[in-house]
Amino acid sequence: MADKPKVAFYWCASCGGCEEAVVDLEENILKVVDAVDIILWPCAMDFKKQDIEAMDDGSIAVAFINGAVRMSEQEEWVHLLRRKSQMVVAFGACAHLGGIPGLANLNTKQEVFDTCYHDVPSMDNKGATVPGMESTVDGHSLHLPRFWDTVKSLDQVTDVDYYLPGCAPPADLIWSAINAILTGQLPPKGAVLSPNKACCDDCPRKDSKPDKLEITEIKRPATHLADPELCFMAQGFICMGPATRGGCGNRCIEGYMPCRGCFGPMDDVFDQGAKFLSAFASILTPRDEAAIDALLDQIPDPTGTFYRFSLPTSLLRRGKMGTPV
Amino acid sequence: MTQRITIDPITRLEGHGKIEIFLDDQGEVANAYMQIPELRGFERFCLGRAAEEMPRITQRICGVCPTAHHMASARALDALYHVDPPPAAHKIRELFYNLFTFEDHTLHFYFLGGPDFIVGPNAPAAERNVVGVIGKVGLEIGGKVIEARKQARHFMAEMAGKAIHPVFGLPGGISKPMKSDLVDALRKAAPGLVDFAQFSLQAFADIVLKNQAYVDTILADHYAHRTNYMGTVDPDGKVNFYRGQLRVIDPSGKRLYQFEPREYLTYIAEHVEPWSYIKFPFLKTPGWKGFVDGPDSGLYRVAPLARLNVADGMATPRAQEHYEQMFATLGGKPVHSTLATHWARLIEALQAAETVERLANDPEILSPVVRRLPEQPPTEGVGVVEAPRGTLIHHYATDAKGILTMVNLMVATVHNAAPIQMSIDKAARGVIHAGKVNDGLLNQVEMAFRAYDPCFGCATHSLPGEMPLRATIRDARGLIVKVVERNSRLMV
Repeated sequence: MADKPKVAFYWCASCGGCEEAVVDLEENILKVVDAVDIILWPCAMDFKKQDIEAMDDGSIAVAFINGAVRMSEQEEWVHLLRRKSQMVVAFGACAHLGGIPGLANLNTKQEVFDTCYHDVPSMDNKGATVPGMESTVDGHSLHLPRFWDTVKSLDQVTDVDYYLPGCAPPADLIWSAINAILTGQLPPKGAVLSPNKACCDDCPRKDSKPDKLEITEIKRPATHLADPELCFMAQGFICMGPATRGGCGNRCIEGYMPCRGCFGPMDDVFDQGAKFLSAFASILTPRDEAAIDALLDQIPDPTGTFYRFSLPTSLLRRGKMGTPV
Repeated sequence: MTQRITIDPITRLEGHGKIEIFLDDQGEVANAYMQIPELRGFERFCLGRAAEEMPRITQRICGVCPTAHHMASARALDALYHVDPPPAAHKIRELFYNLFTFEDHTLHFYFLGGPDFIVGPNAPAAERNVVGVIGKVGLEIGGKVIEARKQARHFMAEMAGKAIHPVFGLPGGISKPMKSDLVDALRKAAPGLVDFAQFSLQAFADIVLKNQAYVDTILADHYAHRTNYMGTVDPDGKVNFYRGQLRVIDPSGKRLYQFEPREYLTYIAEHVEPWSYIKFPFLKTPGWKGFVDGPDSGLYRVAPLARLNVADGMATPRAQEHYEQMFATLGGKPVHSTLATHWARLIEALQAAETVERLANDPEILSPVVRRLPEQPPTEGVGVVEAPRGTLIHHYATDAKGILTMVNLMVATVHNAAPIQMSIDKAARGVIHAGKVNDGLLNQVEMAFRAYDPCFGCATHSLPGEMPLRATIRDARGLIVKVVERNSRLMV
């Protein structure tokens, strides 16, 4: 019992889907419980911050941390777990890349608060009350954690050893990552624990992808029907597959919808959105500038499409402060 | 001596949530507050996005009930683009949604809520979890529980790409028709889902209803609030999770309103407090009256018990029998005892399983026509579904290109935010006197908030549901007088 490696699960700005993904290990979860000593899992087990604080530094074998870092309290937890853990794994797209909560980097804190606590049509807030870090109610002082302007990925806050990609990571990748850790058969530090190949390589529609893609029209899922067997790109639908790491099981394609890039870029690429754009620009059929512009105008929301999961870790990182995007 | 009692963490809002209790000079409770220390700002950062991406974006609000957000979003897109999906698309969506409701509800009973009753409220904390449940009911039944979840989630992934964050919802329908081998498998499996839901209700009857102490606990005034209720009903006034009109009743059971989802702003609004990131909805008439219940209060509750309270009955025959039995046992409608939500949830799980069985056998779900393309430019649309924890509202407006210019989201647990706050305050006032604090305090406070299935962390459905409470008691200078800890569990 005492020899079992200690494992921590923690969550930051996340949705709980990563916790569900662990439970989706089904009967294998019992093997995990057998092999390790889970000392922190707020959704599932006893949870004592003071117990973690009291542990020797480095006494946790591995901490799996999901979620982006958005609030001051989350950063405090991340630093605590890093200090206590030999290995930190960024679990899921939010910890890995910033994820969908990272789209909030297109806005400032002020804009988020203005919308959520003032502009939405159900709001009845004539006194313009906004939640604050320190408030006094009925003579009592109450404290809330700080809401930052910028959402960060886990490695922008602390040192990360490995990345488990996906929103949420599929059970087979979680299972093989856990096995690799337990048996010590790990790739070099910093690796993303999924094959370094494009999503397209495993795509069930791969054979219908022409050698030379040509885009003459951008189609949107809202207003166009997609063929159930043909490559989305070949049909003119934006599909992030060419710029996205594989290993996901092509689950979205199996749902007859194009990839949105949750696995992030491959090893040699820093900026997933820029990678997609450069590939995309080369396959546009029009050659003159006006026609290219007209075609690009058909892309709704390029930022939210090409950087759906990776804005905080891209070259852009965030919108300019003070300038609504 | 004035004291401040901090219970942190109390719930799973991304792992965070706390209660602050302030005592006066006599050691009586002056005020208690439940604080939600998280905000992600979806309503802002979705502005500028393409509307049809919203089912795949907003579900990242909650990875435990992503299907609820996905479906509310798809319903909002139907309205936004002025397009009604073909009948097969509605049926497949509804089938999918009922699979999800069945899975979510039954698993909640065994993994989270049930252990208190099945293993016992006074059992050692280490046994009050799903492992303890399996120990009590046997490995065979435990296997059934795991198998039911596995089966439902397998079907969901086959239908919509993924069980966590499905992808198939679009304006005017879905992206993927049903395959015949999948339909065959569903038809084969559906009676087993109905059996499992009935078995779960029988377990509830045997373990809870035959134990007078449990029944007394459920009916205790301590855990009751006389509030208004809101839920969705079909054209016959029966419970529906996927679509219908919203009905609101007052604490006496009188119908106040019944309205289309698009009319929600006529009836409800949200209030902000400076000390929590969560918002507090209320009925516009009588308006925000603070954290009080009773006939003059504007507060309303949602979730399974609320849905059964507002509806005229269940939509399926076997669930209807249990519905009648529940209200006969608990003294008629409406039931204000929050802990009765356990029972209501299992009755809903049975309706969901019966609905899966009915729709799986409907030949129309094999139709390849599952999408109707919009023919008008998008403008504005509201979509409402009943999430496991209550009414979920998505409201979007766009420009002519379908780029979002307004997003409003009223999430199930937010509707219950003010009642939860009220319950915390009531429990604290009820149990803390003359400055005396002990383990019993923590248990009482825990009972008060767990009754709501707090979904702030959106992960309360996971294994095996232990959650700690720690109360730090400080004197007026902030020095720690005492720390009391105990394990606890989220339940409804």
